[in-house]
Amino acid sequence: MELAVKNPDGTATPAYLYTGGKPFDAALPCVVFVHGALHDHSVWTLLARWFAHHGHGVLAVDLPGHGRSAGAPLASVEALADWLLALLDAAGVPRAALVGHSMGSLIALEAAARAPARATRLAMVGTAYPMKVSEALLNTARDAPLRAIDMVNAFSHSGIAAKPSYPGPGAWLHGGNRTLMRRVQALQTGVNLFHHDFSVCDRYAGGLEAAAKRQCPASLILGAHDQMTSPKQARAIGDALQARVHTVAAGHALMSEAPDAVLAALRSALA
Amino acid sequence: MPGPSDPGFDTLALHAGAAPDPTTGARAVPIHLTTSFVFESSEHAASLFNMERSGHVYSRISNPTNAVLEERVAALEGGAGAIATASGQAALHLAIATLAGAGSHIVASSALYGGSHNLLHYTLARFGIETTFVKPGDIDGWRGAIRPTTRLLFGETLGNPGLDVLDVPTVADIAHEHGLPLMVDSTFTTPWLMKPFDLGADLLFHSATKFLSGHGTVIGGVLVDSGQFDWHAAHAAHGRFAELAQPYDGFHGMVFSEESTVGAFLLRARREGLRDFGACMSPHTAWLILQGIETLPLRMARHVENTRKVVQFLAAHAQVARVGYPELESHPDHALAKRLLPRGCGSVFSFDLRGSRAQGVAFIEALKLFSHLANVGDCRSLVIHPASTTHFRMDDAALAQAGISAGTIRLSIGLEDADDLIDDLKRALKAAERAGA
Repeated sequence: MELAVKNPDGTATPAYLYTGGKPFDAALPCVVFVHGALHDHSVWTLLARWFAHHGHGVLAVDLPGHGRSAGAPLASVEALADWLLALLDAAGVPRAALVGHSMGSLIALEAAARAPARATRLAMVGTAYPMKVSEALLNTARDAPLRAIDMVNAFSHSGIAAKPSYPGPGAWLHGGNRTLMRRVQALQTGVNLFHHDFSVCDRYAGGLEAAAKRQCPASLILGAHDQMTSPKQARAIGDALQARVHTVAAGHALMSEAPDAVLAALRSALA
Repeated sequence: MPGPSDPGFDTLALHAGAAPDPTTGARAVPIHLTTSFVFESSEHAASLFNMERSGHVYSRISNPTNAVLEERVAALEGGAGAIATASGQAALHLAIATLAGAGSHIVASSALYGGSHNLLHYTLARFGIETTFVKPGDIDGWRGAIRPTTRLLFGETLGNPGLDVLDVPTVADIAHEHGLPLMVDSTFTTPWLMKPFDLGADLLFHSATKFLSGHGTVIGGVLVDSGQFDWHAAHAAHGRFAELAQPYDGFHGMVFSEESTVGAFLLRARREGLRDFGACMSPHTAWLILQGIETLPLRMARHVENTRKVVQFLAAHAQVARVGYPELESHPDHALAKRLLPRGCGSVFSFDLRGSRAQGVAFIEALKLFSHLANVGDCRSLVIHPASTTHFRMDDAALAQAGISAGTIRLSIGLEDADDLIDDLKRALKAAERAGA
């Protein structure tokens, strides 16, 4: 579905939300899914469908400038967190569980800190804090984004035979993720979205402060073989959040490499 | 910045989609000859049916052995995924049935395998899907044939049997200018010789019966999606592809382009076309094709090496009027082949014998190593007379449009010693000469 999300200047920009294959019902307990860099809502669809068909209202967002959502990409995790809260307003949702992957996990964390009473649960999937990006990779993302996509794609997968595949059998995860990143990148002609998103992750410095402000129970769902955001790099934020940690046998692309294990972890995290 | 990349072609040919079996430790891909898969619970069953989980339900829709083949071919092609089908024809039909219906129109190359031409020209017309055929090199013809009802542009990477080289980048540009996808039949080239997705194609399929299997043992097809075509945008701009961008009552009201940005086509093809038409692949067939793919890089290199030697021999022979191989400067698509097929132009080509039809018959019947049959891409060398076999339904005008004459002989060069193949051809050419005396 599409919603008009209010901008700080009072104007509104259309945003696309995937609702899990059912019409969104704001009266149900709400789960919001926030994707990572150069992704869109489609990284969540199996999980979103499961929660939508098990008693939840689901909003899997396309962030501004990503996928089908209009507007320019926003410049910081803080701005994206404000946008997420404005989106909840537009959807008529007073409180929601916030689930984010990678860059999206930082947005979910910051939103939970900015409006502690509105977050019922926080689940950070494939996360680390600080989410520093090497200067060499940032430069490659700036100068040769397609090469950087290939590198990140290889870094993000723990193998070449993950089963049962995503979104269904016969899908080649490396190819699907590479194509998704290329397509999301190509949608923006005025900005190098890959470099932009990685810079947003790299610059975010409010994680520990946000962890102190949020009030809801928090969980980390981590890929044991994650080379982008290794479990070791998530330890500090996990301690600060006093989070329950779920580790699944996957790399950074854990929703596609281990969809059943992530579902089990998320069911536990949001229970 | 140097950094990691996906594994190389030869590694993917051996490993993509397959790991040692977690239950038994089996290193080779197990053959899962089972119709169905046990649900863990009623909730698990419902979530599989509703696409809340990924997994196998019934082998007509998906199967673990087939899934390895599908992932492997998609990996080799650089695609987002694939569907294994009962034959190459089934793959072509599945693609068209997913995108087109009564009142739809296709623009296709005129240089097609006879079976594909038959499906498009006669059979699909009976179901209200019309096709306009254009010469593959007639770029204005491609553009001019597109109508508001067009849903697909389609050609073979190397046309059958004249080896017309499809200018994939140019035809893809034309398709995309009109909000349409380009699909190619990559059977003759395999991903080892050409990666059509890198050149702009959106969909492709293989008759896996041929080089992917490589041993002339099984019939199968594989339909691969690049994931690059934006069905949602095409629907928004032109109203086309409602099958992918609007709710489908036949599967939970699903909007496939919402479910998967890059996998919408394959989701619909599997959840509708494979489910309803049922042209699935046997897991045993999938396993045999996987065995073939493991040696695809080695075989293709040898196929091309042998073909070059045979082409050189035939091109210099007095009994041969013409050899149609794009690596020869005499081929009309020589320059295009150098650009798009730097590793070679495959191992299937045709040549024209001088003399009468009777001399052609004498030639074929004198061959000993070459088998006279209707197939290509076997590890054994093959020969056929297209005008009387694969293309026999075509009249003379259609034959001429496909670049075939009554004296055209098609060869598929195998993996034997090239000297033995040349000796066989020498003997047969001598027999043809004697028959004309």
